[in-house]
Amino acid sequence: MSSSPPDRRPMGRPVAPLLQAAPLALVLLLFFVFPLLATAVVSLWNYTEYSLVPDVTSRNYVEMFEGCSDFSEGLCTTFGTYLSTLRLCAIVWAVTTLFGFGIAYFLAFHIRSDTVRMALFLVCTAPFLTSNVIRMISWLPLLGREGVVNQFLVGTGLVDQPQDWLLFSDFSVVLAFVHLYTLFVTVPVFNSMMRIDRRLLEAAQDAGASGWQTLRHVVIPLTKPGLVIGSIFVIVLVMGDFVTIGVMGGQQIASIGKVIQVQMSYLQFPAAAAQAVVLLGLVLLVIAVMTKLIDIRREL
Amino acid sequence: MDKPIRAGRRQLLQGAAGLAAAGLAAPAVHAQGAVTLRYVGTAVNQHAGIKEKVRQDLGITLEYIPVTSDDVVRRAVTQPNSLDILDAEYWMLKKIIPSGNLMGMDASRIKLVDEISTVFTKGEVAGKKIGDQGTAPIKVSYMPARDAKTFAPGQTQWLTLIPTTYNADTLGIRPDRVGRPIESWAELLNPEFKGKASILNIPSIGIMDAAMAVEAMGRHKYADKGNMTRAEIDLTMRVLTEAKRAGQFRAFWKDFNESVNLMASGETVIQSMWSPAVTAVRSRGIPCTYQPLKEGYRAWAAGFGLPKTLSGRKLDAAYEFINWFLSGWAGAFLNRQGYYSAVLSTAQKSMEAYEWDFWMMGKPAAQDIKAPDGTVMEKAGSVRDGGSFDARMGAVVCWNAVMDENDYMVRKWNEFIAA
Repeated sequence: MSSSPPDRRPMGRPVAPLLQAAPLALVLLLFFVFPLLATAVVSLWNYTEYSLVPDVTSRNYVEMFEGCSDFSEGLCTTFGTYLSTLRLCAIVWAVTTLFGFGIAYFLAFHIRSDTVRMALFLVCTAPFLTSNVIRMISWLPLLGREGVVNQFLVGTGLVDQPQDWLLFSDFSVVLAFVHLYTLFVTVPVFNSMMRIDRRLLEAAQDAGASGWQTLRHVVIPLTKPGLVIGSIFVIVLVMGDFVTIGVMGGQQIASIGKVIQVQMSYLQFPAAAAQAVVLLGLVLLVIAVMTKLIDIRREL
Repeated sequence: MDKPIRAGRRQLLQGAAGLAAAGLAAPAVHAQGAVTLRYVGTAVNQHAGIKEKVRQDLGITLEYIPVTSDDVVRRAVTQPNSLDILDAEYWMLKKIIPSGNLMGMDASRIKLVDEISTVFTKGEVAGKKIGDQGTAPIKVSYMPARDAKTFAPGQTQWLTLIPTTYNADTLGIRPDRVGRPIESWAELLNPEFKGKASILNIPSIGIMDAAMAVEAMGRHKYADKGNMTRAEIDLTMRVLTEAKRAGQFRAFWKDFNESVNLMASGETVIQSMWSPAVTAVRSRGIPCTYQPLKEGYRAWAAGFGLPKTLSGRKLDAAYEFINWFLSGWAGAFLNRQGYYSAVLSTAQKSMEAYEWDFWMMGKPAAQDIKAPDGTVMEKAGSVRDGGSFDARMGAVVCWNAVMDENDYMVRKWNEFIAA
């Protein structure tokens, strides 16, 4: 705010802001841009059982999409895997958005007292006091063939025999993801909702809008930034996941993360790098589309 | 057996912390005295008991660096300077030796080299040839020269690895749930066990278990299950994919504990399994059998290798440690866990007669068989699954392997998982 001394440099640009930004820029350059470039470069390399061969080859990309132009025998591995991952991603996104929005709406508009609201909000975060892996694995004894849920169902006579679809299935994977990631939607949506001017809701009511119309024309448009941010979290996390899908899906459900992990473990780094580049491209595309729909920066 | 191993790892961590503290406190003393060897391997052989005994007997400090088997290969290939002793499996050698990072170990510096089990030196058990499909140790045990990057066809003075442990793997079953005798690998894909079978999701090993089943079903006779042609890989994966689509598999497992939990919780009743995992299920009071099958076993073997960069006192210490390892105490320690050790004659001297009879001769236990920490593993009167050393190792048909078509196989495996 104070008047700065006139800049004496010939370029005529102040140097202080550049210096202030330099540490972050350097960190990002070193730990984000550089590894990303390295991944892209390695994806063009060749490899053998025991070594990486610096080269410019399209082998990794060609092998990745091998047989993908031929649909007579169904989808090729890569398309099949992406489809499987995208499908899970879509289901998880829909469910977490629904739950996240519902919980945030309840907290923001139905709880009158700030104290109660904050207390309930903290309750939502309580599961995060344990590790990600434990929250996921604790489902196993519940959902197993001889698990608590099946014992209950069989015991009460609701079903004749244990239900296999409860575990190592799409259901269990989605359940675990929803459990893990709903909060990532709840928080930004809640944040957006708390910033909505309450007079707008009153105005809507005075103008004769029903509850549904208020939600549709006032609340949802104003919480879009929160929804988009939450969606980005969920989509990025699910697209890259291989642990949750592996454990809850009994390793039987394909995911891109798993493919990359297998390739890494066989020292096929270039092939894994190529997969990573394609995955990154796809996720960036999804995010680009979402941010095109809503200008987050303007909305924030 | 699982319990002692876990306890071992815990002690190991404490030990490592203690070691770090000691190292910080008195660096000058240690710099002159004891040698520290960085020991990279899977945690299977990294027991606190062995470490302690090595310190007492040799004054050498082992610094255990437990990593996954994938990382053993990765370390040996990409960072050979980060270790002094490599505890690797024989199949890994096909990846590691061409990198030139391991030295040929000089047989003249290994005192008991002539006593090493014939499994490694001749590919025989009790004078009888055993199966050598896959990366059988006999194919990769020797190098033509110290600095070679290839394997020698016959015995030479230069060894790639000095064997530590080896064993024969088969299917684990829940006899109480299966309710009838299981005699063939074909049962793994038998629709009778639909939704109750599992194989391991480590492509190179999983595909061999599948090949054992395919061959047992009479669908194909492989020239070498550990080195399939592309057509054979396609066939095997097609059979597996059919089974998967029909819902044969409950889940695939990737690590030891997953396999124990699947079996113990009743999710599966028949699956590929490792010996200590069967013991772990049984130690929970749940019946589980490591079922010998008429087609034979898939075997694996591990050993110590030395990085080429090792020299001077560290190299001497490494040889000293390896000689100690073969001299009996460690062999007995490993035999008592159900593995087999490299030099059986010395191990026998370090074991009680009843222990030897149970673990190696396949005789009923004369008294309770105890784990190193004193817990009872097998009650008196029980017999080891599969019987004696000669019966088990003699019935080996193939070895864990890296195929020539490994890249293709991994791609096909990913396709199978996606199917």
